[in-house]
Order: sequence, then C-alpha cells, then structure tokens
Amino acid sequence: MAINRLTWKIGGKAGEGIMATGMIFSQSCSRGGLHVYDISEYPSLIKGGHNNLQVRVEDREIFSQVKGVNILIALNKETILLHKGELVNGAGIIYDSSEVIEPKEINDNIRLYPIPFNNIIKEIGVQGIMKNNVALGASIALIDYDFGIVGEVIKDNFKRKGDKIIDENTRAAKAGYDYIKNNFKNDFEYKLEKTGKPGRMVLTGNDAICMGAINAGCKFYAAYPMTPASSILHFMAAQERRFNIVVKHTEDEISAINMAIGAGFTGVRAMTGTSGGGFCLMTEGYGLAGMLEVPVVIILSMRPGPSTGLPTWSEQGDLKFALNASQGDFPRPVLVPGDIEESFYLTQVAFNIAEKYQTPVIVLSDKNLAENHKSTDKFDPKKVTIDRGSYADPADLAASLDTTFFKRYKYTENGISPRTIPGMKKGIYTASSDEHDEEGSISEDIDVRIKMMQKRARKMDTLAKELKQPELVGSQDTDANADADITIIAAGSTKGPIKEAMILLEKEGIKVNFLQIVYLNPFPSEKVAEVLGSAKKTAVVENNFSGQLADIIKEKTGKDVDKRVLKYDGRPFYPEEIFTAIKEVVTHG
Amino acid sequence: MVKMTDLNVIDRPNWCPGCGNFGILIALKGAIVELNIEPENVAMISGIGCSGKVPHWIRTYGLHGIHGRALPVATAVKLSNNGLTVFTVGGDGDGYGIGMCHFIHTMRRNIDMTYIVHNNMIYGLTTGQTSPTSEKGVRTKSTPSGVIEVPVNPIALAISAGATFVARSFGGDVKHLQKTIVAAVKHRGLSFVDVFQPCVSFNNVNTYDWYKQRVYDLQAAGHDTTDKIKAFTKSQEWGEHIPIGIFYEVLSPTYEDELPQIKDTPLVKQLIDNIDISGLMDDFT
Repeated sequence: MAINRLTWKIGGKAGEGIMATGMIFSQSCSRGGLHVYDISEYPSLIKGGHNNLQVRVEDREIFSQVKGVNILIALNKETILLHKGELVNGAGIIYDSSEVIEPKEINDNIRLYPIPFNNIIKEIGVQGIMKNNVALGASIALIDYDFGIVGEVIKDNFKRKGDKIIDENTRAAKAGYDYIKNNFKNDFEYKLEKTGKPGRMVLTGNDAICMGAINAGCKFYAAYPMTPASSILHFMAAQERRFNIVVKHTEDEISAINMAIGAGFTGVRAMTGTSGGGFCLMTEGYGLAGMLEVPVVIILSMRPGPSTGLPTWSEQGDLKFALNASQGDFPRPVLVPGDIEESFYLTQVAFNIAEKYQTPVIVLSDKNLAENHKSTDKFDPKKVTIDRGSYADPADLAASLDTTFFKRYKYTENGISPRTIPGMKKGIYTASSDEHDEEGSISEDIDVRIKMMQKRARKMDTLAKELKQPELVGSQDTDANADADITIIAAGSTKGPIKEAMILLEKEGIKVNFLQIVYLNPFPSEKVAEVLGSAKKTAVVENNFSGQLADIIKEKTGKDVDKRVLKYDGRPFYPEEIFTAIKEVVTHG
Repeated sequence: MVKMTDLNVIDRPNWCPGCGNFGILIALKGAIVELNIEPENVAMISGIGCSGKVPHWIRTYGLHGIHGRALPVATAVKLSNNGLTVFTVGGDGDGYGIGMCHFIHTMRRNIDMTYIVHNNMIYGLTTGQTSPTSEKGVRTKSTPSGVIEVPVNPIALAISAGATFVARSFGGDVKHLQKTIVAAVKHRGLSFVDVFQPCVSFNNVNTYDWYKQRVYDLQAAGHDTTDKIKAFTKSQEWGEHIPIGIFYEVLSPTYEDELPQIKDTPLVKQLIDNIDISGLMDDFT
C-alpha cells in the first residue's frame, strides 16, 4: 500500500477535455494539502490526435515528473496501447467497457477497471462530452480520495458557465465515483489522503510570468500567438481590464516588439512574448531597443527548432540565439528562470533591469516550464521593489535652452543616461536607430561612435557588478557538499528533474552539488570558473543537441565541463535519466 | 502660442537641394504652429529613408526607428499616452514596401494619429531603385529593363482597409499640404495623407512640373468626402488629371475609445507601485 505518492495519467483524443480534467484533478489534490506537478503532451492540432496529461502527487514538494504511472484513465483504446509500458506493478486502467482488451495486450499485474461510460451518461442524463468527468470520479474512488474537494473544484472551475453546467459535471463525476465504489473492492494499492494543510496555487511558469509582470506594473503587452508563449497573451488579455493593461494581439511579431518599444519609449512598462520563430522576426527590433536604449522585456519561451520544429514540445536550443540575436554589440541581459517561483520574481527583476539600464531584457523560458503546472506557495508581491531607473531632474530641464535637444544619451561613468519621456517640457530629443551623439542626433563622427559604443557597453559592466554570483547548492536547497563527487551545472527548467535526481543520487551514496546559471548574460564567469577549477567532476544537463550551455561556459571561462548530458527528443528529462547519466560519469568517468 | 522658431533645430536637413521633403517639413511645422500644439506633446515617429530623418529636423519628441516599422511604434506611443499628438512620417518604400503589412492593419485600427507618406515613387536613400509606387515600365537601377508590376494605389488601399481619413497632397504646394495636415490632425481617428514628393536626384519623370501640370484640388471640384464609393472612384484617376485633397472622411470610434483602461488616465500616468495581485493568486488556489 502506498499513500500520497502516485502518478495519475489521462489520455484520449484532442478535444475530449483532457487538460480540463487534469486541472481539476491537480487542483483537488493541491486543495487537500498535497503537492502536485503535472505535464501535458499534445500534438499541434485541435481535434483528434493523441493528448495526454499526467499528474504526480506527493506529500512533499516535488519538482518534476517521474517515470512510472499508477493510474491510467484511457478515454480510448489508443491510450492504453501507447502508455501501458509506463504502468507500474499494481497500476490500474480505467477505460470504456465497450473496448475489448485481449489478455495478451496487458500484463497480469495491471488491474482493469472497465466502466460503461455511455450507460452511465444516459442514466444520469448528461451530455456525452462528460465522459471525462465520469472517469475522473472513478479515479477518485479508486484512490479513495475525498470527493467533496473534487466537487468544490468543479464548482469553482465552472462558476462562469452557470449552475446547470456545474450540476452536470458534478453528477457525472459522482456517478463515476459511485460506480467504482459499488462494483469493485476497495483494494487498490495506491491511495491519496488529504493532509489538512492549506492548499497552494496550481499554476504554470507562464502564469507566474504574467503575475510577475502585472505585479511589476507592466501596462502594455503586445504579442502574436505562438506556442508555448500563447498562454501569456491569453492571461494578460483576460486581466487587461482588471489591472488596466493594454494588450494587443498584433499582425506579426515584428509589430509586437516595435509596439513594445513604442510603449517603453513613452514611459510605460512594456513586454512582448514569443517562441524562437517569432523571436527571429523580432531580432531587428531587439537591436533597435538596444540602440535607442528603450526598456523592453521579451519573454522567449523555447520549443524545439529548427524552423517550425516540434511546435508543442520542449527544448532549450535557443541559448546562443538569445545571446547573439541582432547585429552589432549592445547590452543583452538574458535571465533564465529555473522554476515557477523564479518565473514570477525574475520577470519583475527583468522589468527593473530594463528600466534601470534602459535596455531590452530577455527572460528565457521553455515549454516545459511555461506550460506544466506545479503546486506553489503564494508569492511575496513585495519581495522585488520596483525600480524605475533614472529620469532627468525637472530643475535641470527647466534651466536648459529651448533651442536644443536634451542630452538623452549623455556620457556617464556607469553608462546610464537619465531619460525623459514625451510630454516632459524641455526634455525633447529624438531616439535614433542610427548611431547618434549625446543629443540623439545622427553622427558618423569617429569620436562619438567610440564613446557611444563604450557608454552602452558600460551599462553591462555596471549590471554585472550589481549581480550576486550564484551559489552551489545541495540536494534539498541545503548547503553544498564540500567534497561532492560531482557538480551539475544547468540553466532553466532542467532544475526540477536535476533536484529530483540529486535525491536519487544521494540515496546511492553519490555526493552531488548543483550550480544553477540564472544570468546567462552577464554571465557569472568568476563563480563558474572557480567551480570548474575545484570540482572533482562536472557535468552540464541540457535539453538541446549540442550542449550550448557547455559551449558558453567554455567561451566565458576557457574551461571544459567533463560531461554533457543532453536530451533533444522534445521531451523534458526524467530524474531517472539524469540519475543514470550522472552515476555513470561518477563511476566510470 | 507656439511659433515656427520653437520647432527649429540647429542642424540643417541634409536632403538634396530642391528635395520635395523641404516643402513637407515646412508644411508639417506650419500645421503644428497653426494647431498650437506644444512641441513636447508631439511625437514624430519614422522608419528608414530620406523622409525618416524628419524627426531630427523638427524640435518635437521623435523616434527614428527601423525600416517599415514606424506605424507599430507610433500606435503604442499613442496607446501609452493618448494625450500626445502622434505623427508617423515615412517614404513609399518604408510604408508601401517593407511596411505594407503594418500599413493595412493600421488603416483598419483607427488609432487617433496622422500618417504622412512622402511618396517619391523611387528609392532615394539607396540611390535609385524601383519603389512599390513606381509606374510600370520605369527603368531604375534594380529594374534596368523596366518595372514589370503595376504600382500599388495607396489611396484605394487605405479606403478599402478601413481608414477613416484618406487624403493626398503635393510637396510643391505647401499651402495645400499644410491645410491637409491640419485637417488630418483635427480628424478623430487614423488620418492618412499620401504626399507627392519630387525626388530631384533619382526620379526625372515625376518632377515638380509634371505634378503641377496634372494635380487638381478635389475640394475645389466639389468632391463629396462622405461617399466611400465616389472616393474609391476618384482614387482610380491617374494620368492627365490627378486629384489631390481629401478623398474620404468618416467619423467612427477610435481604437482608444474602445479601451476603458485608458478612459480616465493615460497608461503612462497610471501608478504602478501599489498593484494588488492577492486576488489573482487566490484565483489559482
């Protein structure tokens, strides 16, 4: 018997409500005080095609999916055939009793729970589309969880659709629940119990980015839909009237970034979001923001390329692209959140850096972080203080002449020039994409060019000095092992499975440290070089083909990591895969 | 009162002597003076090309961005501070070539701002290649055997895309141009003004004289600007007689009118240091 430790999976055709059902399950578990982590897989189409979502539940904080499924809800036969290999001993399959399952198709140690979905639906008089709710209710009965919580979650989720819809969904789930209770023995090996502790938020990295942006005072969001960044557009649009934000779905990504630049120039905190293909279109605008010294936050949510690639899957293949996009040299801060909390806080930090250093800032996420849900404690909205950067002193402006342009690009020691915005009297200047002098006027003068390039570059030096170097951590965010057998270095969403893998490694007696790179630029060269110099062994863990982070480390420190653990099949790492790879490096080099 | 000198800058424009842009710059300044708009409340947005340099030679706030992308920038400037008077200036290559996608979408968006296209039917700054408005058969550096395509018709495009103010003027007639720009700014909604701009260096066909012999004023001819079909018919006139003036004007709600978010306070003036997301976090538990 295993209590409060299982993975629940639902699969079927796209359009059957897989995601909605999974969300109800996740929220129901979270409200019972349990921790959840879910991951969805879906093809790039709307109806038909195979969708699935799996939710891992435990009574400790969890950071990724793991291998092994305990309950599979199969809304069609295909789901069973595709996922039976993932089932552990004693796992159960809930499926439509009209499907014929040959004994040779399923292992003996798997329990079958056939349910007459259509009869149940007819009996209680609800729409056929409610099959997923019947199945959900059945799974709740199987794991012996509190149906009352599920009923509350259904009520809250369908609040806007009215009492009739709430009633139908609840009755469908209850009918499934009762069917299992009345027709099967209560001897399923995997169970969930509510803990009595308060529930947490269940949200995605994109949700956290949006909350961070709103909390940071983002007032303008322009974007063109592109997976996996589209849900940022949906979130911001849904909240635009509640928080007074202008959200624009533009004609293309070129328009989106140029609009964000227009808003940033006017003095409004502005953001755009896209994935690799859209960012290709944005690159000229990215450089424009660098040249004009206009604050803009760009969310770049990676998916596998090249070109259209795997549109609905995950990869970290745009690290070098983000660092090098657009022509010429200019400050390009790139921040890489590794989890949902960091997505919230770093988005706010990105707005501060953008305004303080008057530069575009990229927040680099990926599909794995952007779209998977995790139960998360409520954020601290006061943790990151808003910093609007340096504006021209009105007294200085009043003393200036009426016949000249304001020195918007004044040469300063730290590279940051106090700014003005349209509407400010005597602050008039033109922001120019051409190289320009202190007043913004076009200049091809040698001296001006050299001084202006150096001024812009100094902003990055100033920022680098402000940032703390990253720290090595142990498996539970504890102090690092002083004599670790190996140090893992990574950036972004691999953080979750790495943390889980570290627990597995320590159980095997392997001491392991983790260095998370949060700032890809300015890169923490000092600390990384120190770690590479002192660690017994080092490995990078990356979701890409070539080991881009390892290359960047080499470029910045001159040092190689011992091992590149890479995965580029579009799927995120399982902790077990990292465990195996790292163990291999430690034992065999 | 705002004076012409308030808009002057120390630098002299580096356009070719005799360039049609000079007349447009004078008319633009004249219109701002006539409308008495404080220079700090004007945003002059441009892309790339000879005309893209206008913001450097008029003392208002300006943003000289990248090729073809001025309209999205201007759109956001207006949405961020709807108290500003926003102009977009650019050339035919900038607006009808590389920026055509934004042109069509801006026409249908009805942001309350003015878009002035310096249309010289040639690429000037890149030293004389064909433009989207070059006439069929014209020989240029990039079309030595003559342009094969037919030119775009900006007036007809703007009308069909949903623009609420569509006009054409001529850089060689500053008085007419200033009057047209004033009417454009006064119009609530997107105002589009296509301006014939003689290029003295690379277009020796469409010269000052060529235009002077052909243009006639629609308003003097009693054109009904409220009739979309008649406006479209007029947009097809080309050859010996070419109409200038206001083709079409209709009042309809602006994009900003539809945004309660900025009804009382422009975005830029909204306070951001005390936003409460606790309710938002509750939605996720």
